[in-house]
Amino acid sequence: MTESSWRMPRWFHQMGSPKWFYGFAGILQPWFAIAALGLLTWGAVWGLAFAPADYQQGNSFRIMYVHVPAAILSQSIFLGMAVAGAVGLVWKMKVAFMVARSCIAIGATFTAIALVTGAIWGKPTWGAYWVWDARLTSTLVLFFLYAGIMALNQAISERHIAGKATAILAIVGTINIPIIKYSVEWWNTLHQSSSFTLTAKPSMPAEMYLPLLLTVLGSYCFFALVVLMRTRSQIVQSQSGASWLMQHRDITGA
Amino acid sequence: MIRFMWAIVRRDLLLVARQPAEMINPLVFFLLVIALFPLGVSPEAALLSQTAAGVIWVAAMLATLLSLELLFKLDHDDGSLEQLLLAPYPSWSLVLAKVFVHWLVSGLPLILISPLIATMLFLPSQAVPTLMLSLLIGTPTLSLLGAIGAALVTGVRGGGMLLTLLILPLYVPVIIFGASSVAAAAQGMAIGGYMALLAAMFVFALMITPWAAGSALKL
Repeated sequence: MTESSWRMPRWFHQMGSPKWFYGFAGILQPWFAIAALGLLTWGAVWGLAFAPADYQQGNSFRIMYVHVPAAILSQSIFLGMAVAGAVGLVWKMKVAFMVARSCIAIGATFTAIALVTGAIWGKPTWGAYWVWDARLTSTLVLFFLYAGIMALNQAISERHIAGKATAILAIVGTINIPIIKYSVEWWNTLHQSSSFTLTAKPSMPAEMYLPLLLTVLGSYCFFALVVLMRTRSQIVQSQSGASWLMQHRDITGA
Repeated sequence: MIRFMWAIVRRDLLLVARQPAEMINPLVFFLLVIALFPLGVSPEAALLSQTAAGVIWVAAMLATLLSLELLFKLDHDDGSLEQLLLAPYPSWSLVLAKVFVHWLVSGLPLILISPLIATMLFLPSQAVPTLMLSLLIGTPTLSLLGAIGAALVTGVRGGGMLLTLLILPLYVPVIIFGASSVAAAAQGMAIGGYMALLAAMFVFALMITPWAAGSALKL
């Protein structure tokens, strides 16, 4: 038996240290804040004011610039939460559990935004706020999954255990999401097929497509910012009194 | 390990035999929920026969969830769960044994009573074998998935409601294919595909859930 020479890189293990993560996240935070603000403003102004109106849907399609990023993020965040949870379970990193827990509320919020904007968009387009269509239903189920994880987190008072429970539930949920998605798709579908993929040529003109790309990227940056902030605040809570934290320039104000 | 699992199965069955209410209550609940639908919606045969498949599946799901809360709770409360986890056997074998008993006690009676329910709800008689078969393949999946939730909420206050919140979203695929298979059989269509998918979900759940529930128990 030869021992595998492959190891996770050094930075990966450094990320697991609250002190290192706290500092690193503090450096990243302002960049994500600037990027999120810039991209979201640019994308929103371009999309809402300058992009051409849709030949079928008129101006109502512009809600897409909110709806699509929220819908994409709602799924990405769940995946991100599961990955962070898996990292935490495998390498026993407390910081990874904190990251996973930071994802819950923001993910649930994006899912709720996707559902609400979808309902508002559905009224002029389909003539109904809600239809039992595959994507709507699977997004609703996703929202319930988030709600369950949130409820479990609130019920378990000990943070460390709550983090592990979140990780297990997020992993199980992530395995289930594709199954839920395809089962409701076979069950019933009406939704327009996704016109936004990275691999295929977009089915809409660039003036409509590019602002959407900007708002999606901006939303990702915003998500990253929120997760970093929430994780940092969890680190402060769990490490309060640690000497490295008390001497940190964010605390001393120096 | 087989002996360990067998010992747990025997012990749990013995415990149920001494407390038969645990077994009967979910069944009565199942019947009650079923009886509420004709009262609440309409007693008309035409409407009932259309909705029967879904109603039976939803009620089966709720009855399963109701009994899942106790899956690990009693053992946790008297401390024997801790000892069982300390045993030199993997925790998934414990989960598997307990889930098997749970299915025997809550799933199997539902399947046996389902023809009666189907008659009460005017389900076309050619769909009854399909209903029983779909429940036979589907209810073990429900018990397996539910074990994850039961393990996570063990020792948490107000666990029953929480369990429902955690697990019902995961039941969506099972109810879709379970209820559709019965509806398809009622219309005289082929059911092979539905059964294959239900069986696939069962096998998949059998692989994943004992591990997940086992690690959740160790928290």
